[in-house]
Amino acid sequence: MSEPSERPVDRKLLELLVCPVTKATLEYDAAKQELISRSAKLAYPIRNGIPIMLPDEARALED
Amino acid sequence: MNASEPSKAELSVTAQSELFDRSLLMRHRQRALQAAKPGADFLLQSVAGDLEDRLRLVKRSFKAAVDLGGHTGHVSRAVLESGAAEHIVRADLFVADPNLPPPDLVCDDALLPFRDGSLDLVVSALSLQFVNDLPGSLIQIRRTLVPDGLFLATLPGAGTLTELRDSLTRAELEITGGAAARVLPFADTRDLGGLLQRAGFALPVTDLDTLTVRYDSMFALLADLKAMGATSVLKERAPTPLTRQILLRAAELYAENHSDPDGRIRATFAMVTLLGWSPDESQQKPLRPGSAKTRLADALGVAERKLDE
Repeated sequence: MSEPSERPVDRKLLELLVCPVTKATLEYDAAKQELISRSAKLAYPIRNGIPIMLPDEARALED
Repeated sequence: MNASEPSKAELSVTAQSELFDRSLLMRHRQRALQAAKPGADFLLQSVAGDLEDRLRLVKRSFKAAVDLGGHTGHVSRAVLESGAAEHIVRADLFVADPNLPPPDLVCDDALLPFRDGSLDLVVSALSLQFVNDLPGSLIQIRRTLVPDGLFLATLPGAGTLTELRDSLTRAELEITGGAAARVLPFADTRDLGGLLQRAGFALPVTDLDTLTVRYDSMFALLADLKAMGATSVLKERAPTPLTRQILLRAAELYAENHSDPDGRIRATFAMVTLLGWSPDESQQKPLRPGSAKTRLADALGVAERKLDE
């Protein structure tokens, strides 16, 4: 259970998810393991297959 | 009153006035999960069992189901056991429990990350009492549901921990001459029903189930609350902490006023269950006024008389 290696994220789950701040559709970045919200300029991390949908934990996108 | 400095961990962007300190709640929860005192989840277990029974009565099968704030897995298991869903997404609040199989995602119940009209069932146990903007959260939940989707939640309501509140207030008044809020305010059952309706749920139902838990002393109750991660998260915390003197006096008063003949103290947990459906054409509705097909006089078996006679 405590396998530290990458657990794949559930694709069906990703279909349900939107940005919690703007409710906009997210882009899945498989390489970086992030869910990107362009409208909120935030990248939500996926840690060990668990999407962390908290604005405070998200990486701010520049541009 | 000193202005509270803006905290970095401002979690809720929707709430206007904040009653609860959500980052403090996150720390309490983290601490409780790390300590993981066995048996401290008895309330959640009892609530999960109750939700399971209710879901059995619904006799429906839900495809996309979410357990909102299910930080132990009891509720998710109960939903699966009831046969209401074959699969459930367990959404933990703020942090993943290190001692249990990982949740499917981590979110904040004040900022739901689900697509509108994507869920068939949302279940939540003992978590919505800590939301700053309950009407807002209920509206968000209703919007995530498909038409005819079900929302089922249990949270402690008014009357919960009333003995503790009473004892602490009296002890503090006696010793310091003033008293601060030490126990969360809990919503009244009827008000919660009104909120369900205002959030747009159809066929809303609320009911109240009062549980009385007995303890050796007030300190045993406080230890349990801490182990549940349920100690007070009020934002306007008292400027002075509860001193040992106040606590000891409160424990005395608690034992004097709220104990059984055998000396054990009583603690009330008033569990309110909310049930509501996302509106759908197929649901039963009251008939329009004036659309009756039978005369009331016929139904009553009396002659009809005009009012002005």
